[in-house]
Amino acid sequence: MSAPKTLYDKIWDAHVAHEADDGTCLLYIDRHLVHEVTSPQAFEGLRIAGRGVRAPEKTIAVPDHNVPTTTDRVNGIDNEESRIQVEALDKNAKDFGIHYYPVSDVRQGIVHIVGPEQGWTLPGMTVVCGDSHTATHGAFGALAHGIGTSEVEHVLATQTLIQKKSKNMKVEITGSLRPGVTAKDITMTVIGETGTAGGTGYVIEYCGQAIRELSMEGRMTVCNMAIEGGARAGLIAPDQTTFDYVKGRPHAPKGADWDAAMANWADLYTDEDAHFDKVITIAGEDIAPSVTWGTSPEDVLPIDAVVPNPSDFEGGKVDAVARSLAYMGLTPGQKLSDIAIDTVFIGSCTNGRIEDLRAAAAVLKGKKIKDGMRAMVVPGSGLVRAQAEEEGLAQIFIDAGFEWRMAGCSMCLAMNPDQLAPEERCAATSNRNFEGRQGRGGRTHLLSPAMAAAAAVTGKLTDIREFN
Amino acid sequence: MEKFENVSGVAAPMPLINIDTDMIIPKQFLKTIKRSGLGANLFDEMRFDDNGNEIEDFVLNKPAYRKAEIIVAGDNFGCGSSREHAPWALRDFGIKVIVSTSFADIFYNNSFKNGILPIVLPKEQVAVLMEDAERGENARISVDLENQTISATDGTEFKFEVDSFKKHCLLNGLDDIGLTMQKVQSIDSFEEKYKKSAPWV
Repeated sequence: MSAPKTLYDKIWDAHVAHEADDGTCLLYIDRHLVHEVTSPQAFEGLRIAGRGVRAPEKTIAVPDHNVPTTTDRVNGIDNEESRIQVEALDKNAKDFGIHYYPVSDVRQGIVHIVGPEQGWTLPGMTVVCGDSHTATHGAFGALAHGIGTSEVEHVLATQTLIQKKSKNMKVEITGSLRPGVTAKDITMTVIGETGTAGGTGYVIEYCGQAIRELSMEGRMTVCNMAIEGGARAGLIAPDQTTFDYVKGRPHAPKGADWDAAMANWADLYTDEDAHFDKVITIAGEDIAPSVTWGTSPEDVLPIDAVVPNPSDFEGGKVDAVARSLAYMGLTPGQKLSDIAIDTVFIGSCTNGRIEDLRAAAAVLKGKKIKDGMRAMVVPGSGLVRAQAEEEGLAQIFIDAGFEWRMAGCSMCLAMNPDQLAPEERCAATSNRNFEGRQGRGGRTHLLSPAMAAAAAVTGKLTDIREFN
Repeated sequence: MEKFENVSGVAAPMPLINIDTDMIIPKQFLKTIKRSGLGANLFDEMRFDDNGNEIEDFVLNKPAYRKAEIIVAGDNFGCGSSREHAPWALRDFGIKVIVSTSFADIFYNNSFKNGILPIVLPKEQVAVLMEDAERGENARISVDLENQTISATDGTEFKFEVDSFKKHCLLNGLDDIGLTMQKVQSIDSFEEKYKKSAPWV
């Protein structure tokens, strides 16, 4: 009998096209997602070398980072550089014959939301994209990670990636979550525990009852931020929840193919006694609604905590925290729930799916955002937007005073016009609170969609458990 | 890619931990469709004020470090976004070697593909080199990739680990795609078998 394997081991083994003596492998790639920011140089490289795209049928492109999210975007993109980048993707998709969802297509959206939504992402696959949040697709039991532009070019040309295997790490969330606690709180709490480099060199498998109890949307939120913990990828073993989500999607297998796929997917779990190089266990009951206070995703605390003191830390973190607090304009000892907010951003590949909008709308129903608050909802895709309109969520947001936007990455990384001004403080459902991430000098607090909605109403970071 | 030659030069100290790729090259510079010219905007928001003037006390603006070829950095350098614009900007500025206790995975891989050698050393050794780096032009750090050594100014030598394939590519300036193309038969035969076992992919 062969040695017990982890889920990661199994997917890896099934995709090794070549292995050199030193363990360097050519890993076969099943899905290559492409967006406009990290791909133009790769396509240019192909043209210079006279190379084509080896498997255009496995390559899917969609513009998301640069696109404006105002409804007038049908008239074109004002910013010249952004427009050139999107036009370059239009042309590259056409010239190389790859699947494409242009800005005008209702299916357009954030690449990590479009892939699963269209059934491109399936269990057991290898999925790459020139974007670190490719980790999102791990929610399906796919090995998915971000790559650089040179690697984008390599995958376009060869449908493989030069890789060495990572180590296995298990993150188990036992028991159930308490009311008000979400997938976002799980993933942020894990990063708080491990630190942003805690996952470096590993692929994480998230497991345990609290993970099993999450919807696919929630699982995507968890895996999305695996990269924020430094891991190459995050994975969750597929189960009935996964199969129910996948079945019937436009590019999911049908008929006999579906049956064959299901038989294959039945093996996508970690064998009993498989070896993990690192194990983290957190009780679901111990996870609280959380927010970040600093400029690294590891700077996270329960909402009922206070801003820490640099002297609470050790080593290089002491100076880093002092710098963070100065940047964030916070004082040690200040209650997190006293921090006043100027802006609320709901969206991104972390929390821009229908379930996220439902959670935020449930908080906002019949309420108004605080006077002077700037608040926007940016659905993760055109289809999420359409569904939210159909369910009446859009009207709840609009009635509450939110701007109801078109799909895109928007203020998560502020490459389009949606940006923070210096010292503008934002409660954001996105994934990074780095200095300048949402605009130079902008201050970001990461949190769940329900907490973001509550902050929009009260005007400050708010404990969702006490909000009514 | 250019071949990686031994480096001996001034090292810029950047002891801050978790220097992310948004700091290395902020998003407004990702709108380019080229790889070149990004050095001018390396560490833009730390290096220049709102009016585009240099911030005097930022390390790469100090006279001693304007031509630094090495950075000695705090833990977890290059975390965050996968943007290869980060190593493009560093290399365009003239950086050839970065030393830290740890690097983020994607940044680490991206560096090798752009002629930059990221060196991981234990904390104590990084501390020695950081101290050297803080002495500016009075100190030189030397890197020998072939022998996998990095030397402090006083001659103290530290060995470092590097993946043999990555080292080979860096030393010879090899193009990954060209190398993989030599194994195209393996890919073809894998694909053929795979199509039968997983026709839905």
